[in-house]
Amino acid sequence: MTRWLQHPPPRGVLLALLAAGLAACFAIEQFGLVDDYVRFVLITLGINIILCVSLNLVNGWMGEFSVGHAGFMALGAYLSACVSVKWLSWGDPLWMFPLAVIGGGLMAGAVGFLLGLLSFKTRGDYLAIITLAFLMIVKSGIENIPYVGGPRGFLGIDNHTTLLWTAVWTVLTLWTIRNLVYSRFGRGIVAVREDEIAANAMGVDTRKAKLTAFVVSSFFGGVAGALFAHQLQFINPSVFDIVKSTEILVMVYLGGVGSLAGSILGATAFTFLSQALQPLGTWRMVILPLILVLLMIFRPRGIMGMREFSWFVPRREFPKKEDKK
Amino acid sequence: MKPLLEVRAVTMRFGGLVALSDLSFNVAPGHAHGIIGPNGAGKTTAFNVITGIYAPTQGDVLFHGESVAGCRPSAIAHRGIARTFQNIRLFRDLTVLDNVRIACDAHARYSWPGAMIQLPSARQAEKETIGRCTDLLEKFGLGNEIHERAGDLPYGSQRRLEIARAMALQPSLLLLDEPAAGMNSAETLNLVEFLGWLRDHFSVTMLLIEHHMQLVMTFCDRITVLDFGKTIAEGTADEVRKNPEVIEAYLGQEDGHE
Repeated sequence: MTRWLQHPPPRGVLLALLAAGLAACFAIEQFGLVDDYVRFVLITLGINIILCVSLNLVNGWMGEFSVGHAGFMALGAYLSACVSVKWLSWGDPLWMFPLAVIGGGLMAGAVGFLLGLLSFKTRGDYLAIITLAFLMIVKSGIENIPYVGGPRGFLGIDNHTTLLWTAVWTVLTLWTIRNLVYSRFGRGIVAVREDEIAANAMGVDTRKAKLTAFVVSSFFGGVAGALFAHQLQFINPSVFDIVKSTEILVMVYLGGVGSLAGSILGATAFTFLSQALQPLGTWRMVILPLILVLLMIFRPRGIMGMREFSWFVPRREFPKKEDKK
Repeated sequence: MKPLLEVRAVTMRFGGLVALSDLSFNVAPGHAHGIIGPNGAGKTTAFNVITGIYAPTQGDVLFHGESVAGCRPSAIAHRGIARTFQNIRLFRDLTVLDNVRIACDAHARYSWPGAMIQLPSARQAEKETIGRCTDLLEKFGLGNEIHERAGDLPYGSQRRLEIARAMALQPSLLLLDEPAAGMNSAETLNLVEFLGWLRDHFSVTMLLIEHHMQLVMTFCDRITVLDFGKTIAEGTADEVRKNPEVIEAYLGQEDGHE
């Protein structure tokens, strides 16, 4: 993986920026600094970053092709809605909402584990088809559960997804996935992509690597879904279809596979672009795929494919400075 | 001396094809053991059975006296059998350091939740791994290429890196599949020297497949000759060289007079 190795991250600067960003989010919420539309777009951006970086773990770092990410989103959205509307609706949102989000993530993660088991025997196109089938199962499954509203959708969800919560979850997602990627588990996941036979021969338990990738990826997909449900306040099975998955795929392959910076870039570009193209109406669905086609031709790994912004790389990864006398 | 590796009556069938039939041989600790034989004799299949890529149809493989037949390749690697591949299988898009680190990670002991929240133990283990791999790469003369992309290295360095990666597992048995493939005679001479250094420095037992006869005859303490998935001869270089069956396998049978 090529990185920008010449410049180690300035110590503390990233932390300071992070603190400033979170403080800004807090201030926006507290004093109503921006109008509702801007706030909505910013929350969508956060959710999209979570979706993009979590899918990137499977599609980028592990090099598989999953189209089922919207399914994990749906699981997280519906379970968290059940928690906040039906099971713990009496709770204070301050503890109840994080619980609902984590619950949604765990639900998605558990199902991700099952999908991970299937990936032991299948790879590539065949695994992609399995994830597509999974997406259909989730959608039609939810449509047939009257408890969560069936095909009519789940109504009356409170708006708990504040900008601050979104920012906290986005940072948490980026930080944990970055830590995972730069650990022995992340290297195992990358080794599966590079050469599964060699990875096995070098002591990488490729089954564990695949399970880890799928569970972590789907957990955060579920988290994003939970935030999404409590942003829109109304969810419907048809929202979580192949189009939603495709949108996440566009973000991943636009920004760059196997890159945190690429995930942020892809999600940001996609979010603003799809807002900017809103006046074009249906033509939007022509232009976005067209961008994807051009990208696949000229930059198949995305803008930041397999490259990383040095600030996201742990300090230990940089070459030690040679002692000059 | 108790053998380090025992291959006991291993048969490997792929459908109707019998790649190995009743193959047996032992590798004594500290030895460099060569496997030779014509193309298609089953040498690489034997390697794949030993390293767990295939589970043998019949027979058993014992390592340190314990059966490893049918274990997962990663489990066998953890027990101390490392290998290289005939057509180099590096993680080409990763750096030289990452290539070695992936093997070295077999010895790290931290959990994935610990890694995700950066527990001090996980960070410490990461730093130790980097240090250990850097030292190893310097020993293999790759100290200046640590952050290069592995696929960008020249061929000879890639071969060396593949062996370095295998040694990062700290194996007691190293399997080399045609280490001299694609090398000219000068490079092969260097390789013999390098392998000697490897054996003395890491005191590792070696099992190697090689077509380059001079290398096998000078370097190996013991040689097993395979043909059609069977052992046709075993012994020291001299014994093997004089064996009529070996000569027949390589040069063909003398035709009857017509």
